[in-house]
Amino acid sequence: MLRIENLHVDVEGKRILHGLSMTVPSGEVHAIMGPNGSGKSTLSYVLAGRGGYDVIEGTATFDGQDLLAMEPEERAAAGVFLAFQSPVELPGVGNATFLRTALNAIRRGRGESEYDAMQFLKIVRGKMAALGMKDEMLKRGVNEGFSGGEKKRNEMLQMALLAPKIAILDETDSGLDIDALKLVADTVTAMRGPAFSALVITHYQRLLDHIVPDRVHVLSAGRIITSGGPDLALKLEAEGYAGVVKAAA
Amino acid sequence: MTAMTTGAAGFAARYAGLRDQLPGARIAAVAALRAAGATHFGATGFPTRRAEAWKYTDLASIAQSAFAEPLIAIDAAVVLPPETGATRAVFVDGRLRPDLSSHAGSVGADPAAATSGIADPALPMVALNAMLFEDGVLLDLPAGTDGGTFDLVSATDAQAVAFHPRHVIRLGAGATLLLIERNTSAPGVGVLHNPVFEIDLGAGARLTHLRLNTEAPEAFHLATIAVRCAAGATYDSFALNLGAKITRNEMHVALNGIGAAAHLNGAQLLDGARVCDTSTYLDHAAPGCASRQTYKTVLAGRSRGVFQGKILVRQIAQKTDGYQMNQSLLLSEEAEMDCKPQLEIYADDVKCSHGATIGALDEEALFFLRSRGIPKDEARILLVEAFVQDAIAQMPEEPARDAVRAVLARSWKAA
Repeated sequence: MLRIENLHVDVEGKRILHGLSMTVPSGEVHAIMGPNGSGKSTLSYVLAGRGGYDVIEGTATFDGQDLLAMEPEERAAAGVFLAFQSPVELPGVGNATFLRTALNAIRRGRGESEYDAMQFLKIVRGKMAALGMKDEMLKRGVNEGFSGGEKKRNEMLQMALLAPKIAILDETDSGLDIDALKLVADTVTAMRGPAFSALVITHYQRLLDHIVPDRVHVLSAGRIITSGGPDLALKLEAEGYAGVVKAAA
Repeated sequence: MTAMTTGAAGFAARYAGLRDQLPGARIAAVAALRAAGATHFGATGFPTRRAEAWKYTDLASIAQSAFAEPLIAIDAAVVLPPETGATRAVFVDGRLRPDLSSHAGSVGADPAAATSGIADPALPMVALNAMLFEDGVLLDLPAGTDGGTFDLVSATDAQAVAFHPRHVIRLGAGATLLLIERNTSAPGVGVLHNPVFEIDLGAGARLTHLRLNTEAPEAFHLATIAVRCAAGATYDSFALNLGAKITRNEMHVALNGIGAAAHLNGAQLLDGARVCDTSTYLDHAAPGCASRQTYKTVLAGRSRGVFQGKILVRQIAQKTDGYQMNQSLLLSEEAEMDCKPQLEIYADDVKCSHGATIGALDEEALFFLRSRGIPKDEARILLVEAFVQDAIAQMPEEPARDAVRAVLARSWKAA
């Protein structure tokens, strides 16, 4: 279970999150919707442990562990996965090398044995086939020269391989065509189960047509102003953020 | 007791005492070469930073060190790089060891081979080498032959020797060779390795020259590589510098025939207070020649990197295609990189470009890798290797790339 309480976060001296509280129980998919500048990306980065985000007050725990005290790689080993809005390109770092290094690091963290090159290839090829990815993408640099859709596929491949306990999808839908969107949704849906939860951060409702959330939270000016069931997303789509923000005020 | 040598005066005295015993003492041209070396080195000594070509690299620590004389042979056990099955010439303290080698040709046995004049005798370190060289590999490939792979190994025994090998490599028209130079030295000992290469490539010949420098952290490595390319010849080089306290790789490549090409690439991984200086001089002296240079430097600790790259395009050298790229990755606030590109162009129809970047590890890339569970140190290694890969990828032959990667991987594991 992810539990965030009264989280205040500064970026470069400017307060972005103003006392955000929410809980994502194990097995549930929650959506966070909010206008631009409401703090959506800040929340995802602060949970994943990126530098430059100063936690002024509040806590974030995952399965009882203090996330904010952990290094990014420790959070990953604990089961936290962030799907990036714009994944970086790493020319010269082979995608296969990267995926195997990551998977083995996570397995080490869980006390499991590492995969050798052959075992790894067998597993990764199976996952890639399910995502409609060509073998050739293993040989290229990580995301090097990938289209927007290919980068998101690669993110989904990492998520499927690393099998996190909670996936945070930071506007993974931005810039995606309908096929890629469905692919993201299908990958998340396939992972749904009692031991997996997801936090889907999005500006638009359309992703939520494909990943139906258990709960929807509206983020505005750095705090959750209202929460509800899946129909809250539809209401937002119909009335716009302005109406909902005003009603909550 | 072993006599020790210190400073320019010490080397001059040593030459004065030994000149009648050095190889080629009775060959007029060799004696003249040595005498000219003594005159030049006597005038300059170890160059100081007041000399423009040495502005960024201080040799004071070498000039003040005491070195043993390799003429007094000590048959201590030496650690050699693993056999690769290639033809091999092993030099210990700068002398060919026939018992460890499958190649017999040596400059020690044929010192007149050192009088080609390909290396400028007025350069201070070439002059010192001319005074005191005893041996070196002599490699003659007849026209049209494929020499395969040749391992040139340099190792030292437990003494802090100064040695000055003179290597002569001549490829006839259309001949090809992969030369892998593996430079090692005894741990904990401050040797001075001052090799001079004179490389003569006939028309259409192709030499790939790898320099894998893994000498001890106390060693000094000052190499001069002088290359002459006839029409259509290609000199392809890659230097991987992972050792030595001070390294200077000074390369002089003359593209003398139409359509000749030089590819000078390299990578250095520096830590502690190490210094690595790459100074290249490309002389485009014929039309339609191409030169490509890609150097990558990774600097940690208080290390210092130097890149000086001069491209001279003579008036006759129309349609020259020259490219030079120097990229550096600073891993510490105290590390320093000095970079000086220099283009001197007298022809009007040429394409010449140079670029230099100096930066830190990309924080976003580092965070991305860590967010996937990869520990910080492992993530840094992946990114540093990726940075260096680009230079390695410039080499066309897979075996050459593999040889560099193998040494790189071993060094990272040991670090």
